[in-house]
Amino acid sequence: MAKIIIPTPLRKFTQNQASFEGNGSTVGATIENLTETYPDIKQHLLDENGKLRNFVRVYIGDEDIKALQNEATEVKDDSVISIVPAIAGGSL
Amino acid sequence: MKKLDINQEALELMQKHAEATYPNECVGFFYGKEDDTIRFIEQAVEVPNSKEGDQRRRFEVHPKDYMKAERYALENDTTLLGVYHSHPEHPAIPSEHDLKVAQPFFSYIIVSVKGGKSVRVRSWQLNETNVFEEEIIG
Ligand SMILES: [Zn+2]
Repeated sequence: MAKIIIPTPLRKFTQNQASFEGNGSTVGATIENLTETYPDIKQHLLDENGKLRNFVRVYIGDEDIKALQNEATEVKDDSVISIVPAIAGGSL
Repeated sequence: MKKLDINQEALELMQKHAEATYPNECVGFFYGKEDDTIRFIEQAVEVPNSKEGDQRRRFEVHPKDYMKAERYALENDTTLLGVYHSHPEHPAIPSEHDLKVAQPFFSYIIVSVKGGKSVRVRSWQLNETNVFEEEIIG
């Protein structure tokens, strides 16, 4: 069971839980387990093709999964997966 | 929308940060607590603008700085309530770009800076239909 850290703005979709212990051998499977448990969070994480949205980054420990095998990155029982919303913007 | 009650020190930190980075945009997080009607902003913390290239119209927070902010909130028993940034020579109103990236729940405080002076502070939050609504400060 890897642990997923839920970012504050999405906790209203996880009954205010800050973390989730998910089943799955990969990052993608563990996130799928999260969206099955809390369906309302899905639209904030995945696009219509079931891929991670552009404005969402996922880290295992201190590493961006983009530098690993993306959603296919394997997880261990003690893996900590962080969901990181993009914080960006501007005046125009 | 809830009302925002911003601690004076936190407000001054955001305004001074916005003036110090002018003509570039600044960014930071703020923490506090809330009840059914009011969000109390107790502390604001500066974060580096990690946007590469021209920062006069853009800001970005590095994912590792975001994770640090979440960790800080958990360790200090406080809540990450939102993000502030500045609009140099632009009003304190969210842009299309701000809207595209906005998260639910967070308050987005914008400091308008004109000629290097902070002139207006307003706060915005996404409503249920993903439109920004103003949160009254005071
Ligand atoms: Zn903006």
